[in-house]
Amino acid sequence: MTDVTSLQYTPEHEWVLVDGDVATIGITDYAAEKLGDVVYVDLPAAGTAVTAGTVVGEIESTKSVGELFSPVDGEIVEANQAVVDAPELVNSDPFGEGWLIKVAAASLPALLSHDEYRALVGE
Amino acid sequence: MTDLGTAPEARQAHQRLSPLDAVHRAAGASFTDFAGWQMPVRYASDLAEHHAVRQHAGLFDLSHMGEIVVVGPEASEALDYALAGKLSAVAIGQAKYTLLLARDGGVIDDLVVYRTGDDRYLVVANAANREVVADELRDRTSPFDADVFDESDDVALIALQGPDALAVLQETEGFGLQGPGNDRDDFLAALDALKYYRAIAAEYQGEPVLVARTGYTGEDGFEFYLAPDRAPALWEAFRETGGSRVVPCGLASRDTLRLEAGMPLYGQELGRDIRPDQAGLGRVVALSKEGDFVGRAATEGGRPADAPVLVGLAAQGRRAARHGYEVFDGEGADAAKVGVVTSGALSPTLGHPIAMAFVDPAHAEPGTTLYLDVRGTRIEASVVALPFYRRPA
Repeated sequence: MTDVTSLQYTPEHEWVLVDGDVATIGITDYAAEKLGDVVYVDLPAAGTAVTAGTVVGEIESTKSVGELFSPVDGEIVEANQAVVDAPELVNSDPFGEGWLIKVAAASLPALLSHDEYRALVGE
Repeated sequence: MTDLGTAPEARQAHQRLSPLDAVHRAAGASFTDFAGWQMPVRYASDLAEHHAVRQHAGLFDLSHMGEIVVVGPEASEALDYALAGKLSAVAIGQAKYTLLLARDGGVIDDLVVYRTGDDRYLVVANAANREVVADELRDRTSPFDADVFDESDDVALIALQGPDALAVLQETEGFGLQGPGNDRDDFLAALDALKYYRAIAAEYQGEPVLVARTGYTGEDGFEFYLAPDRAPALWEAFRETGGSRVVPCGLASRDTLRLEAGMPLYGQELGRDIRPDQAGLGRVVALSKEGDFVGRAATEGGRPADAPVLVGLAAQGRRAARHGYEVFDGEGADAAKVGVVTSGALSPTLGHPIAMAFVDPAHAEPGTTLYLDVRGTRIEASVVALPFYRRPA
C-alpha cells in the first residue's frame, strides 16, 4: 500500500515517487476516476530521453484520451509492461501496480505536496 | 496527464439537478456537466455498465431531456408542417423518430414524438436543444389551432434497457393502466402486446406514467415519462425488483452503447450544417407527404453529389479515433484527407475500435480501406455498414 501523502504531485494529475535518482510516475486516483475505464496505455521504451513538460505517452479510456507528461528531464529506465497488458490497473491501483514509468532524473523540479494537490482538485 | 475537461466537482449554483440527484449521490455516481445539468457520467465503471445493458439491464436517468407537448384540434397538421415526418399518420400510442429541419435543410434537432391522443403529441428533444425546439414549434405552429407547452420541468425520464428489461418491468409491482380500475393484469396484458416504438398510458403507484418501448442503446428496453417526485420511487423499485440484473448506468456507457448501435448523436453526427440524407436519415424526411413543411424545398433535390456522407469505420488493435480526427485515403504523407470522425471508441462489445465519420462519397462504399489519423499515427480502417452491433434476434 503506497502512502499517498509521501508522494509528490504535478498539476497535470501525476504523482512522483522519488527513490535516489529514479522517479516513478503514475496518474492520480482523481485523474483515473475522471478518465473512466482505461482501455489502452502507450508508454515510451526504456532508454528514451525525456524532457520535463513534454508528452511521453497516452492513456485512453472508452471516453477520452489523456496525455502522459514527463514531469522531469531524464531517461526512461522502465515502462510498466503490466499496465500495457492490463490497462485497467490504472483504475484499480493508480498509486501501486498502475504505475506507468520510471525515469532516471537529472534533477527534480518543484512539485506539489499531497495537501497542495488535494487542494488543487478541491478535496 | 492532461486537461481532464472539467474543474473540480464543486456543485455550481447555475447547474440543474435531476430529481434523482440524491439517489445518484447515494450510489456514488461521478457527475458531468451536460447541457447545464449535472448528470451521472458513471457509477463505478462505464465498461461494466455498458456490458450490463448488453447482457442484462441498465437503468438510466434522462431527466435532462426536453419534453414539449403540442395539443389542439390541428396538432397533427401543425406538426406535419413543423417536422420532417408525417405525424398525422402516427397512431395514438405510437412513437416516431423525426427531425426538426431548418429552411435550408440542416438539422436543428432529432426528436422522438409520441402521439398520446387524437389531438395531443409529446415531443422529446435533446437537452441542449430544448428551448430552440420549443421556440421553433411555437413559431411554426402559430397559424394552426394548436398550442405548445414546454413541460420539461414537470417530467422526469428513466430508461430501463437490456435483454432483461421486459422481465424486470413485468415483475415490478405498482403498475396499472391509466383510468378507472387501475388493474395490474390489464397493464401486463398491454405490456405483452406492446411493440417497439409503441407506448402505454399507464399509472405507477396511482400517478400517470407513459411507458414506451423505445431507447437509445440498441437493446430492447423501455422509457418511463413521469412526474419528477415519482421518479426516485420508480428507480428504486427497478433496482429492488431487478437485483443484480439491473445496473445504474451513466452517460459514458450510454455513448458507447449508442455508438455501437450506429445511432446518431446531435452535435456529432447531426447538426445545422448536416443534411439528413448525408447522415443516412433521408428516409426520415417524408417528401411524399402532402403539403409544405419546413425544409421540404431544400431537401427535395437530394444532397449535392460531393457532399460528405456518414459511414461506419472498423479498425484493429485498441487505439480509437475520436471526434474530430481526420480520415485519409492512404498511409503516406501524400495521402488526401477524405473525411473526419464524428464519434469513436474502442467498442466494449466488439473489442476493436469503431468510429462514425463523414467521408467523401467516393470513399463511402463498404469494404473501402481508409486511414484514421490517431494523433499522428495512421491506423487502417474499413468502411462497414451501420450499425456495428445488432442485438441477437
